[in-house]
Amino acid sequence: MSEATFLDATELVINMGPQHPSTHGVLRVILKLDGEKVNGTECVIGYLHRGVEKIGENRTYQQFAPYVDRMDYVASVSNGLGYCLAVEKLINVEAPPRAQAVRVILTELNRIASHLLWLGTHALDIGAITPVFYCLREREEVLKIFENYCGARLTTHAFRIGGLQYETYDGFEEEVKKFCDWFIPKVDEYEELLTNNRIWVGRLKGVGILSADECKEYGVTGPVLRAAGVAWDLRKAQPYSGYEQYDFDIPTAQNGDTYDRYTVRMEEMRQSTRIVRQAVDRIPSGPIMGKAPKVVKPPVGEAYVAIEAPKGELGYFIVSDNSTQPYRLRVRPPSFVNLQALDRMVRGGLVADVVAIIGTLDIVLGEVDR
Amino acid sequence: MCSDLLGKKAKMAEEQKPEGSAPAPPSGDGAAIPADKPPAAPVPSAPKPAAAAHPAPPKPPAVMVTTPWESDITKLLKERFTDGITEFSTYLGQNFLVAKPDIAIPILETLKLELDFDYLVDVTAVDYPKRADRFEIVYILYSFARNERLRVKACIADGYTPATAVTVHLGADWLEREVFDMFGIQFAGHPNMRRILLPDEWQGYPLRKDYGILQQDDIWVKENLGIESGQ
Repeated sequence: MSEATFLDATELVINMGPQHPSTHGVLRVILKLDGEKVNGTECVIGYLHRGVEKIGENRTYQQFAPYVDRMDYVASVSNGLGYCLAVEKLINVEAPPRAQAVRVILTELNRIASHLLWLGTHALDIGAITPVFYCLREREEVLKIFENYCGARLTTHAFRIGGLQYETYDGFEEEVKKFCDWFIPKVDEYEELLTNNRIWVGRLKGVGILSADECKEYGVTGPVLRAAGVAWDLRKAQPYSGYEQYDFDIPTAQNGDTYDRYTVRMEEMRQSTRIVRQAVDRIPSGPIMGKAPKVVKPPVGEAYVAIEAPKGELGYFIVSDNSTQPYRLRVRPPSFVNLQALDRMVRGGLVADVVAIIGTLDIVLGEVDR
Repeated sequence: MCSDLLGKKAKMAEEQKPEGSAPAPPSGDGAAIPADKPPAAPVPSAPKPAAAAHPAPPKPPAVMVTTPWESDITKLLKERFTDGITEFSTYLGQNFLVAKPDIAIPILETLKLELDFDYLVDVTAVDYPKRADRFEIVYILYSFARNERLRVKACIADGYTPATAVTVHLGADWLEREVFDMFGIQFAGHPNMRRILLPDEWQGYPLRKDYGILQQDDIWVKENLGIESGQ
């Protein structure tokens, strides 16, 4: 009798993480399995919760700026840009054109760096070891540019409210141009390794499909949404920092599967390079700081400002009570919202695909947990 | 210790502010915003002359200087919800409306089905402990078809359980859980109303204003981490 019950019980609950290499941080996923099939999941998050929003309420506007770098730490420049834009909106200051151009260059370079880290680790999860070495090699060059610019590689704190802290260094333009010329053939190289690789295609095609309607229903943005066929990018839809001056395309795909998200991100790296090239060719001269006050004290009010971070829509909702500290500072993190769709994507699939799907969502747990 | 220092620094910044603002550009800039807005009621008209007369900065208004917002959206919503919506306003070019909490979800539904606001960007809350309706719930919406954002706000008292938005937008699930986790606002009808970032047994709601920056659930920390304090 007991044996029969044992055989009848086909569902198995297993635990993945929080210390699991393919969760890219400390994410715990509880999986309900029927053999190899996934019948349901539950994400347990919060291991990296640091109370960033509470800290924001207890720091001045400038003091809080370095904290945002620690959320999505592989795209800290984007985080900084979003925060600076939100505060600038509240105090009605705009960064001068020169600062905007430098901001665009660094943010796009950071998008490339973020996508490279995603590509390397995603491929590694699936079993392709080589790309990660190539990707980290190229990412190193981006980080060197950051280091030369502001002294930091990861948590850059590259921008200031109102513009930039630092002028570009001597040879900045040449170095960036050199990187662009050198980088494009590298993307082709990755594609040669992966795009038509039978194992790669077999592991990714038709896996973890998320349709455009489902994306909107869950609030999923970024490359995941674009891979489902929606050509929506905040840089085009609601341009900021002068993105309207640059000529670039929004790469999309149709099926919304893991393979499409891969092709979309690959093309995004090329488009980012295109933007960087245009921006670096016409960095205007002039001041790098706008008329931002030394003590930032926005009038009573609130504003929501969002940018297209490498992972999707990154928004800051700030409420000011006319003091030097935000009354309420809310971060709308793309990773947190996108991770919510994980259950829908893995349900009904195979347990081996869970790893591929977590990889393709491109989450950073520092941002999920804040 | 470390945070004490930071606290002192914050205070220092506060003290420096009067000198810093004397030279003119900093605070003059901040005050220029409300003054620029023409339809802004009686509030900003008073400090204006003072600004011209004296280097002392004019007192910024104590309330958000908004302008009324009118469009096809407000027209339809006004017809549908009559006096359930108490305010349609624009601030810094961003539109928002304030509604009574019991009709917030029907508004989200109307906005989604009839006005194409099909993407719920964020759900969050703001705590105003001195107000009778202590919390302000903020729904941030976006419409792909219109390329437009708007915010729906509803003020609720402590203990009020607003209806969940999961019935309209699935993405509200985790966002509302985070609001519960941080503010202690329970959403009625939510499929899984549990904490999301903090441990389930944690006591207290950190983003309430009466929760100190150094405060934590000492009992939980002691029991689970075996240390006196997490600081």
